[in-house]
Amino acid sequence: MPPKMKNIFDEMDLPADGVRSHYAIYKDWLAGMPSAEIAQKRAEADSAFHRYGITFAVYGEEAGTERLIPFDIVPRIIPASEWRMLETGLKQRVAALNAFVHDIYSAQRIVKAGLIPAEQVFCNAQYRPEMQDVAVRNNLYALIAGIDIVRAALPGAGADAAEYFVLEDNLRVPSGVSYMLEDRRMMMRLFPELFGRYGVAPVEHYPDLLLDTLRQAAPSGSDDPTVVVLTPGAYNSAYFEHAFLAQQMGVELVEGQDLFVHDETLFMRTTQGPKRVDVIYRRIDDDFLDPLAFRRDSTLGVAGLLSVYRAGRVSIANAVGTGVADDKSIYPYVPDMIRFYLSQEPIIANVPTYQCRKADELGYVLANMAQLVVKETHGAGGYGMLVGPASTSAEIEDFKLRVKAAPDKYIAQPTLALSACPTFVEAGIAPRHIDLRPFVLSGKEVRMAPGGLTRVALKEGSLVVNSSQGGGTKDTWVLES
Amino acid sequence: MLSRTADHLYWMARYTERAENIARLLDVTYRMSLQMHGSSGGYWGAALGITGLEVGYKAKYGDEISAANVVRFMGVDFDNPSSLLASLRSARENCHAVRGTVTSEVWETINTTWLEARNSASQLTHESVQGSELTKYFEWVKFRSHLSRGVTVGTMLQDVAFHFIRLGTFLERADNTARILDVKYDELAPEESNANEYYEWGALLRSVSAFEIYRKVYRDVITPNRVAELLILREDMPRSLHACLREVHQILGLVANSRSSETQRLAGLAYSRLRYARIDDILEVGLHGYLTEFLDGIATLGNGIAQDFLVPMA
Repeated sequence: MPPKMKNIFDEMDLPADGVRSHYAIYKDWLAGMPSAEIAQKRAEADSAFHRYGITFAVYGEEAGTERLIPFDIVPRIIPASEWRMLETGLKQRVAALNAFVHDIYSAQRIVKAGLIPAEQVFCNAQYRPEMQDVAVRNNLYALIAGIDIVRAALPGAGADAAEYFVLEDNLRVPSGVSYMLEDRRMMMRLFPELFGRYGVAPVEHYPDLLLDTLRQAAPSGSDDPTVVVLTPGAYNSAYFEHAFLAQQMGVELVEGQDLFVHDETLFMRTTQGPKRVDVIYRRIDDDFLDPLAFRRDSTLGVAGLLSVYRAGRVSIANAVGTGVADDKSIYPYVPDMIRFYLSQEPIIANVPTYQCRKADELGYVLANMAQLVVKETHGAGGYGMLVGPASTSAEIEDFKLRVKAAPDKYIAQPTLALSACPTFVEAGIAPRHIDLRPFVLSGKEVRMAPGGLTRVALKEGSLVVNSSQGGGTKDTWVLES
Repeated sequence: MLSRTADHLYWMARYTERAENIARLLDVTYRMSLQMHGSSGGYWGAALGITGLEVGYKAKYGDEISAANVVRFMGVDFDNPSSLLASLRSARENCHAVRGTVTSEVWETINTTWLEARNSASQLTHESVQGSELTKYFEWVKFRSHLSRGVTVGTMLQDVAFHFIRLGTFLERADNTARILDVKYDELAPEESNANEYYEWGALLRSVSAFEIYRKVYRDVITPNRVAELLILREDMPRSLHACLREVHQILGLVANSRSSETQRLAGLAYSRLRYARIDDILEVGLHGYLTEFLDGIATLGNGIAQDFLVPMA
């Protein structure tokens, strides 16, 4: 039997004895599996991922170094009723975020109403004044959103009082959906018999939903729009995913050098001459999109792209300037956005957040840093953050100096006791902390593939699930009933 | 199809074919050197000559040509961009860049070939390497190349992507067959008959999988002129210049665009010359001169293909 973590919500086991009902069949099955067979299946998964080249590059390591993201064979199972709540809550949240970005680049009602301080929006590095009053198809900016969800008990509450929280909104170029799809394919290949015992909702149609969403975003007048995926190239850490999505959708995977602007129109260079492009699913940040508009040293983008975009002759997903809504300094206001734009109460709560730019909250953060997680507002990927309880006092003192020097750049949250899911580690099966990134697609309607990417922190006690920091992934099963 | 994608596909195929041909060449050189007791430097020098690598070799290993160093330089040396291993790596890098365009089976095959070739390459450079291990490695590379070709033909939609892969394959193969024939023919002047000649020509035929074909076609002793005829003019011999140029010409017709008429004309001309030539006429002019001109033509075609399809100006 796997050891239990104290005061942590375990996704499989009940606090006392016994198993949560949606895991009962799985646990039975696992108990009946000889350990040699499990070991063999895990080796099979490893070798298959290597052969497929499902790898990611790690920045800061030798150029071209590719690593596997560890894959764990114990699925994360979500009961149908919980998923219904999550799905409704996520659609609500993304609808509000899209309304917010549209508002910021048009009437700015929410600022005028005094709900969000103007400097929080207009001094934000992701705010793009170039986008003011630019018509964006269907007024949708974040067509593809990856929202990070955790299940946790707040400090002081008992482990079984754990509930779902939104930890982070990823609206620029959220990645990971390819692992959601590949993990499922791997599980079906390794353990087909399990899918006979569980009604697991399928996710394989995600690329169809994505393509449909992108086609809906095409400039009006393009009957049969040409969609492309724009990648920074084969050495980008998420290149596998770019190639995978282009292939699954049956569209071209392009680099900046393949595109050019002529006569207010975007073209790609093909073996049959120039071909017009209508929709770009870009996997590069705003900064690199157009050297004439943003970073002049960028070789990843296309000169003149922004002017074609502003003229409404090409669509870009996600829209330029969408990042203004996914900054960690804007995150605390999302519940207010839901109330303001939708006149609804948020279905999934935010994690309580201290804004260091506010003097009283800064004081609290400095006094209690050892119990908090402190994050850079512009940081991503687990870089530039401090997990108080896991840090030495020297590290904490050092971080305090950084926060004091630039309080605007930091927010802090209580260290959440993230829920744990049994996971294969060297010593056998043990609970490890997990999170969940479902993907939300916004078109004429808001749609999701039931599930998402479950990330797992493989180091004992670690709360950092990012792949760049040694996290792994699990298949996520949303049950159909 | 994106020009850059076509470029990657074309070079993926060329490097895959090149790796196979290096394996064939090293294998036949090794077999021939077994016939010679004492100095076998001539064969290994010829192997370098075929691929135009003497200068690079001498810069690295000096003037002395040894079997071990040639195998190292042409087999596994990354300083030599045309080594067998560097070619497999380039094939893999090109495939990686367009892995969404090829089927996952093609990508898996080419990726696995590179991963396994790299892992087992160290045995080639071991001082005490046994001949049987060398042969086994070369056989394995050839086998993987057959697999790459088979999985391409067996799983890919026959669209533009497929055409550019095949274009790369046949252009590279034409180049390699011409080089192998040129050096051997030059080295083994047909008039000089000696005991080794039979084995040498036999080994040459084997290096292009043509030994049994020769027997079937001619039912007679091996003569240099017939070998030349088989490898240059036989339409049904899959590695002959005629067969390769027929494919190149046909494929160019399938991918033609508004810029490519001159390249198509050159391909048609080269193909027609092979189709209607007689071996006696070629030999009368001189095989070396003929093959040199042919290789120049292949280089010109390669440049034309690059400019028309792969790296066009806007």
